[in-house]
Amino acid sequence: MDGSLMTLHYDVSPTDFTRAGEASSDVKNKLKQLGVSPQVIRKVAIAMYEGEINMVIHAQGGHITVDILPTMIRMELKDVGPGIEDVERAMQAGYSTAPDNIRSLGFGAGMGLPNMKKYSDTMQIDTVLGVGTTVTMTVDL
Amino acid sequence: MTLNQLIRSDIFTLRNAGDDTERAITVPFCCDLLSIAMSRAPSGCAWVTVMANMNTLAVASLSDAACVILAEGTCFDDAALAKAKTQGIAVFETGLPVFEAALKVHDLMGQTGQA
Ligand SMILES: Nc1ncnc2c1ncn2[C@@H]1O[C@H](COP(=O)(O)OP(=O)(O)OP(=O)(O)O)[C@@H](O)[C@H]1O
Ligand SMILES: [Mg+2]
Repeated sequence: MDGSLMTLHYDVSPTDFTRAGEASSDVKNKLKQLGVSPQVIRKVAIAMYEGEINMVIHAQGGHITVDILPTMIRMELKDVGPGIEDVERAMQAGYSTAPDNIRSLGFGAGMGLPNMKKYSDTMQIDTVLGVGTTVTMTVDL
Repeated sequence: MTLNQLIRSDIFTLRNAGDDTERAITVPFCCDLLSIAMSRAPSGCAWVTVMANMNTLAVASLSDAACVILAEGTCFDDAALAKAKTQGIAVFETGLPVFEAALKVHDLMGQTGQA
């Protein structure tokens, strides 16, 4: 993206549950090295982790691009999963379609998307059924 | 109270001491649903949970918990423990129920001063 001071790319593996969260951890560490404030890092880490996990649980993985811009961090999470049928409903706290095997791992509170909304400064969801979902979030510096 | 003081108290079984044993424990925190823990766990908390898997570690690290206390006799498998070691996350285990484990942390904080 134009004006980006640094761009980071991550492939999110569709199958390897144990690695889910690694992209978010890496971004957290990089922002720490860059001297970004702990409050901003926390917002980015929470928002991105929830998005990353959703790509693994609800889609078949995908690609994350993080742009560090002069005034904000911009995250684009793009998957080629099933898409979200009713975004408004999906955004509601407590709404989850996570299956039992996923719930037994501690997911499925239906709080991921609400967390993303709460901890980002802007959030946009572009989704097409059967094609995929792209979530774009920014966090101001 | 520092992490070191919790380690030395021997209340829980230490599985990994983590990177920074001098860091302060701010408050005990109990939750098993990861996306709630993610947004609610206070920085520096002693996170008590029965959810023992890799994702617990990711949430602990991203929310900046001081340590993870696995309650009710739950434990990490070897792979998760190895990850806790590489990521420098402090991990304890205990057979105590969640509330009692958190209460022990709370009581010890009262005795040692709130660091
Ligand atoms: N990338 C995605 N592709 C397809 N569906 C999605 C995607 N992200 C979210 N959803 C849908 O939106 C619902 C709500 O998502 P949200 O992250 O809030 O909760 P959850 O993932 O089910 O549980 P939690 O995040 O609390 O562990 C999901 O259950 C799923 O149906
Ligand atoms: Mg989710």
